[in-house]
Amino acid sequence: MPDQTPEKMIRVEVTRRLTPEAEPVVERFAIPYRPNMNITSVLGEIALNPVTADGRATTPITYDSNCLEEICGSCAMLVNGRARTACSTLVDHLEQPIRLEPLTKFPIVRDLAVDRSVLFVNLKKVKAWVPVDGTYDLGPGPRQFPQVQEQLYPLSNCISCCICMEVCPQFNTSTNFVGAATIGQTKLFNNNPTGRVLKEERLRALAGDGGIHECGFAQNCIHACPKQLPLAEAISDTGREVVLQKIKDFFSL
Amino acid sequence: MAATPRIIVVGGGLAGLSAVTKIAEAGGSVDLFSIVPVKRSHSVCAQGGINAAKNLKGEGDDVLKHFDDTIYGGDFLADQTPVKAMTANGPAIIDLLDRMGVPFNRTPEGLLDFRRFGGTLYHRTAFAGATTGQQLLYALDELVRRHESEGKVTKYEGWEFLSAVLDTNGVCRGICAMDLRTMELRTFPADAVIICTGGIGAIFGKSTNSVVCTGSAQSAVYQQGATYANGEFIQVHPTAIPGEDKLRLMSESARGEGGRVWVPRDSNDKRDPNSIPETERFYFLEEWYPKYGNLVPRDVATRAIFKVVYENHMGIDGQPMVYLDLSHIDRATLDRKLGGILEIYEKFVGVDPRDHPMKIFPGMHYTMGGLWVDFNQQTNIPGLYAAGECDYSIHGANRLGANSLLSCINAGFAVGPRSMQYATSLAAQPGDGGHSAELQRQQLLNSKLINNQGDENPFRIWRDLGALMTQHATIIRYNAGLRQADAEIVKLQDRYKRVNLSDRSQWANTSFAFARQLENMLHLARVIVQGAELRDESRGAHYKPDFPERNDEKFLKTTMANFVDSAPRFTWAEVDTQFITPRPRRYDATA
Repeated sequence: MPDQTPEKMIRVEVTRRLTPEAEPVVERFAIPYRPNMNITSVLGEIALNPVTADGRATTPITYDSNCLEEICGSCAMLVNGRARTACSTLVDHLEQPIRLEPLTKFPIVRDLAVDRSVLFVNLKKVKAWVPVDGTYDLGPGPRQFPQVQEQLYPLSNCISCCICMEVCPQFNTSTNFVGAATIGQTKLFNNNPTGRVLKEERLRALAGDGGIHECGFAQNCIHACPKQLPLAEAISDTGREVVLQKIKDFFSL
Repeated sequence: MAATPRIIVVGGGLAGLSAVTKIAEAGGSVDLFSIVPVKRSHSVCAQGGINAAKNLKGEGDDVLKHFDDTIYGGDFLADQTPVKAMTANGPAIIDLLDRMGVPFNRTPEGLLDFRRFGGTLYHRTAFAGATTGQQLLYALDELVRRHESEGKVTKYEGWEFLSAVLDTNGVCRGICAMDLRTMELRTFPADAVIICTGGIGAIFGKSTNSVVCTGSAQSAVYQQGATYANGEFIQVHPTAIPGEDKLRLMSESARGEGGRVWVPRDSNDKRDPNSIPETERFYFLEEWYPKYGNLVPRDVATRAIFKVVYENHMGIDGQPMVYLDLSHIDRATLDRKLGGILEIYEKFVGVDPRDHPMKIFPGMHYTMGGLWVDFNQQTNIPGLYAAGECDYSIHGANRLGANSLLSCINAGFAVGPRSMQYATSLAAQPGDGGHSAELQRQQLLNSKLINNQGDENPFRIWRDLGALMTQHATIIRYNAGLRQADAEIVKLQDRYKRVNLSDRSQWANTSFAFARQLENMLHLARVIVQGAELRDESRGAHYKPDFPERNDEKFLKTTMANFVDSAPRFTWAEVDTQFITPRPRRYDATA
């Protein structure tokens, strides 16, 4: 007889919905443990053997993922109640049973997949781009000192995971708040030598409904951002500029 | 044709977004299809940088040297005309990206900084920290968002390409795609279709690629008659972090910034790496390749690591791993230039690579082969174009690091205007252009799959395919193994016929979409292993110990695979070598 040492198992509870309207159901799984497993590999194991802990056949779990190295922003979900990217969340660091739930502030698609397209809509509102004349050859861009690059680069690392919005108490349907990610991108483009040309339009977009004044300075976004974006500075700097813009507009300066 | 040409672009990575931009600027109308929101495309994973011979370091670099390094690095298999054009366009592409706001690292004078990369002796790689692909993709994504807000681009995110729509003359007239939420099938008309669907890593199970890089779209059009070229040329990156779910890339820029690869000279040395003195470390790349050192091309570095581990039995603690060491470089420099990749290592391994050498091993990374295209990026199917990693045209037998970002953007910029030109002189389609027939064919495939009765889990078939391909078709290849792999793939295809979807629902059914991709992966896998078996030589990334030399007389040829009677059939085409005469490729030479 081969050695029958019981395999170490990972206990997982997944909140599932078959459709956006369906009532949530919690399914429990027991997954064979291997060192260095992350949450996406746990979900992959369930797909390989879609059977619950009590032996009932079920279906693979629907969730978003792509790069699996915390750079595409797809796999944000709640892990033990905390909004995180599933790929960079390691099983060894978690209490069990591991509870997986979808983000709560976005429309459910199915199981752990949600629709975060609101961020891309917001990025259009603030014209988060550099309005180049065209993509033909116009020679080098403007010179930029490394100190400026080092200030802008961290903001450009936003992966659009929307975790800052999930954890924000002000990001809800009654405020229409755009959330920290969009404000970070506003600062990024307002400080680009060419992107600056649209600065006033961006600030006005953040002065209206759901604008920057909705921020309640809870600062949850700063602690939750997996990329440690300098969101506090982005919000306070941009907030100040929005106020100045409002004053200028009031006096038609 | 319509007053405004209507072009479909499939895939929203660097190549796709570059094509979209050019078409929108030229007044065309674009429908952009992507499985994921385009900002989450696999291009974000590119780390180290983008090559262009800007010569900002006073080294006398120029575009012809970049051209020569690329051809030589690719072991002379690449057609030279498009490579010459790409390297010539490089400096202007960097300038444009700079104007678009890509936060490239700078010199104290405010100019673009450049770093070293593999396969060249020049500082030719512009970079934004170690997240260059992410920064480039975002800049193009933002530009396309602007075109979208101006009504020139319609995005179909969350749609999967299933097939091209071909008319009775075999001309491409659109695509058939599936909405990944409603599972609805639709065909979309277009004057031209551009495939920009990237890599095929999923065929190898674990790779450095993203989940969506299955090669499914390429395989689908190959099965519809498009020629697939040089499929056997697969790049295995020398430095990846082995992982449970994927192999995470550790960028070549780590070596570009001075990272050194080594193992203890004594294979029984169990000491902490930091306490092993310099003289007791075996810097094998520096000893074996004194001129290029740690910056030999990827195929060379990968084989060297493989040799150290499996022939010399010198892997760390007897494991298939070697050290990649940055700990001699000061922290501030590392954070400024490599922060992104060091964080990845820290997060996934739990060790700070600024203090401790990283443990790495080669991992499947890139396909040099892909859809065959002419010098206008058009496949052999009229109206069907391909650009980026999914096209075969630039990298020959081995891609140089930091040439992929350039090749994707360059191909996208080329294919946009050329597809527009084609569209403006396109004759009217016969009948409905093949739309209803293709929709019916795909509906039949879908209903067959969803109702299939059997006992096979598609994810298990995939896992077996990955193990098979990694064992037989990566670093070292033997004909017996390749033949065995092909026979095993045929068995997997039989198992696929008995695939049983535990999920038969018609809403956001990811295993259903995956099963469709899997069937296409299996077909492409045969192209790879059979092409490898037929090429009895060693060239670039394709290495056969039984045929260790390059054989130009017989194999300076492009492998062309066509889908005939449900299997690949091969022919070989001449390679365009009109500018640089092939010469021996010897990175160990000291002169």
